[in-house]
Amino acid sequence: VSTPQPETGGQPSGPEPPATTWISYREALRMALREELARDERVFLMGEEIGAFEGAYKVTAGLLAEFGADRVRDTPISEEGFVGAGIGAAMLGERPVVEVMTINFLLVAMDQVINHAAKIRAMFGGQVGCPLVIRTPNGAGNQLTAQHSQSFDGWFASTPGLKVVAPANPADAKGLLKAAIRDDDPVLVIENLPIYKEKGEVPLDADHVCEIGRAAVVRSGSDVTLIAHSYATVRSLAVAERLAERHDIQAEVVDLRSLRPLDVETIAESVARTNRAVCVEEGWPSYGVTAEIAARIQSACFDDLDAPVERVGMAEVPLPYAKNLELAAMPGEDRIEAAVLHTLGVA
Amino acid sequence: MSSQLHEQLKSYERMLTIRQFETEAERQYKAARIGGYCHLSSGQEAATLGAVDAMLEDDLLVTGYRCHGFALARGVPATAVMAELFGRRDGCAHGRGGSMHMLDVGRGFLGGWGIVAGQLPIATGLALGLVRQRRNAAVLCELGDGAVNMGAWHESLNLAALWGLPIVFLVINNDYGMGTSVEHASSEPEIYRRAAAFRMHGERVDGDDIGAVGEAATRLLGRARDERLPAVLEALTYRYRGHSVADAGLAYRTREEIAAHQARDPLTRMRSSLLAQGARESDLEEISRAVSERIAEAVSFAEQSPPPDVGTLAKGVYSPGSAGQFARMIPGSPFGERELVFAGGLGQ
Repeated sequence: VSTPQPETGGQPSGPEPPATTWISYREALRMALREELARDERVFLMGEEIGAFEGAYKVTAGLLAEFGADRVRDTPISEEGFVGAGIGAAMLGERPVVEVMTINFLLVAMDQVINHAAKIRAMFGGQVGCPLVIRTPNGAGNQLTAQHSQSFDGWFASTPGLKVVAPANPADAKGLLKAAIRDDDPVLVIENLPIYKEKGEVPLDADHVCEIGRAAVVRSGSDVTLIAHSYATVRSLAVAERLAERHDIQAEVVDLRSLRPLDVETIAESVARTNRAVCVEEGWPSYGVTAEIAARIQSACFDDLDAPVERVGMAEVPLPYAKNLELAAMPGEDRIEAAVLHTLGVA
Repeated sequence: MSSQLHEQLKSYERMLTIRQFETEAERQYKAARIGGYCHLSSGQEAATLGAVDAMLEDDLLVTGYRCHGFALARGVPATAVMAELFGRRDGCAHGRGGSMHMLDVGRGFLGGWGIVAGQLPIATGLALGLVRQRRNAAVLCELGDGAVNMGAWHESLNLAALWGLPIVFLVINNDYGMGTSVEHASSEPEIYRRAAAFRMHGERVDGDDIGAVGEAATRLLGRARDERLPAVLEALTYRYRGHSVADAGLAYRTREEIAAHQARDPLTRMRSSLLAQGARESDLEEISRAVSERIAEAVSFAEQSPPPDVGTLAKGVYSPGSAGQFARMIPGSPFGERELVFAGGLGQ
């Protein structure tokens, strides 16, 4: 499929076409899927309820009608089966994009992901690849209780052979999903339930691709660095505004975007300037993403640190149903703010 | 009134309780007093009650997440089920579990479980436990038609047959796993036939006929208990509401299809049968009034039950006596967490 080229010469000069559009995170993901389906015949989608039902979170709405049942393939509830089928098809050079309804259900297919997809290239001496994409949301906060509210980002990011990205805004959702589809290795794209409805400017460019392995400084500041990914980035940005208003503290926010590979350089460069770091995640912090970031910071920035690295994450409990208990367990803005103030010695 | 008619009126009352409970749960959900997922079972009352009533006192029950009706059928008070949906202290899971994770240990109901087919290996293990403890009892394991395409189904059935475990796998076939019909999900849509692959008995029953379900479940649970013969019982029924309250349930089926199923509604059928046997309209109206009252009481009980104390957030995460093991990392200990992450009832 050829991309229409802009006409040049002999045309009256009109207003520039818009370079971006204001759409939601879920629409940005859909845009990426649609563009990649159109660009590359090898790309096809598989997952539960992605066709007629248009996806449990409506990411794939309209794609069945546009691309047909061969390329937008509904599956039974058989995660181990269809994730594994994605691996097999990818080994033959297909570009399957498998949707798993939530990251909690990906555990059912864990053996296929960790013991198989992640191993293929190395175990077979680099002779076979696995260009598979798995899309799945993490997240909590809707009283979905212990078995449906988890964030296992760190588990996957600790696995050699996998790449793991986790966009926190619509533009990155498009750019990182496209990068994942075009990548030659298995990539887990961790989406997020609360962000699906969030809107932002998204480049219309069908080749808007975010480089995997690059973090982004999404807010500049000089007093402290907040390091986060996925929904924790959204929370951290809100806390940064609050800190500026209430305490005249300027927080820099680094959005990791990619967990494996990890952009240690951007983190270290920021912390070397601010001298203080607060790591935030939606998962449990013990042995988690924030544990990894803290270890990297102490190693890279030992002489720059003016305070111990702080971590904020989910309370280490299976998430309870009752609203008040759930709220108490979450890494909310109050807890992040308190950690920042603590690292600055303000409270 | 014959004792048989009296019994049937009781069953009717309990089926109506499930129906009205679900209707009220949907109303409360839409009023934002219930959160999370809420999967309703309206239309499935005969399959639910017929199977649960075939259980004996010492039998065990395990279900998937569409479990309000099963909790009520097993005798969990509507007050405790509604309070759980409200996330309150007097809920049957103390406000921790919500809609998907009802339970009542005293009544042998060991949980509604939220991951499709996740309960099957567990139920198989419960049956193994019954055998090891030489208890003359069986497990009734409920699952939906969607669960039969999971690996856990095949593995559990194989183990149950291989080891001769006292378990009946009750497949509530309501035509759809979420929005996918059985025909679109299952290469063998006659689900009961799959038991044959494990040399296990399987049979299909009209799930909207409470008598037929009760007869089959009684017989199969009896074989399981006395002869250690596991079985698959497939009950054909229909769910009137969407997959959950959030799903209107119309993207994948027509209003006509729903209406056709409602025409053979299990409650209407039972009502006709009761009237034919000599029950009076006034008896049925009285039952309906009593049930409405009980549901209203359940709501008022749930409203008055306090939410759990936030200080108990970590309660029950580990067994009693574990606090010492965590003593060198909890808040207050040297180098311990600053925040109350593990405290608030650890090991109590």
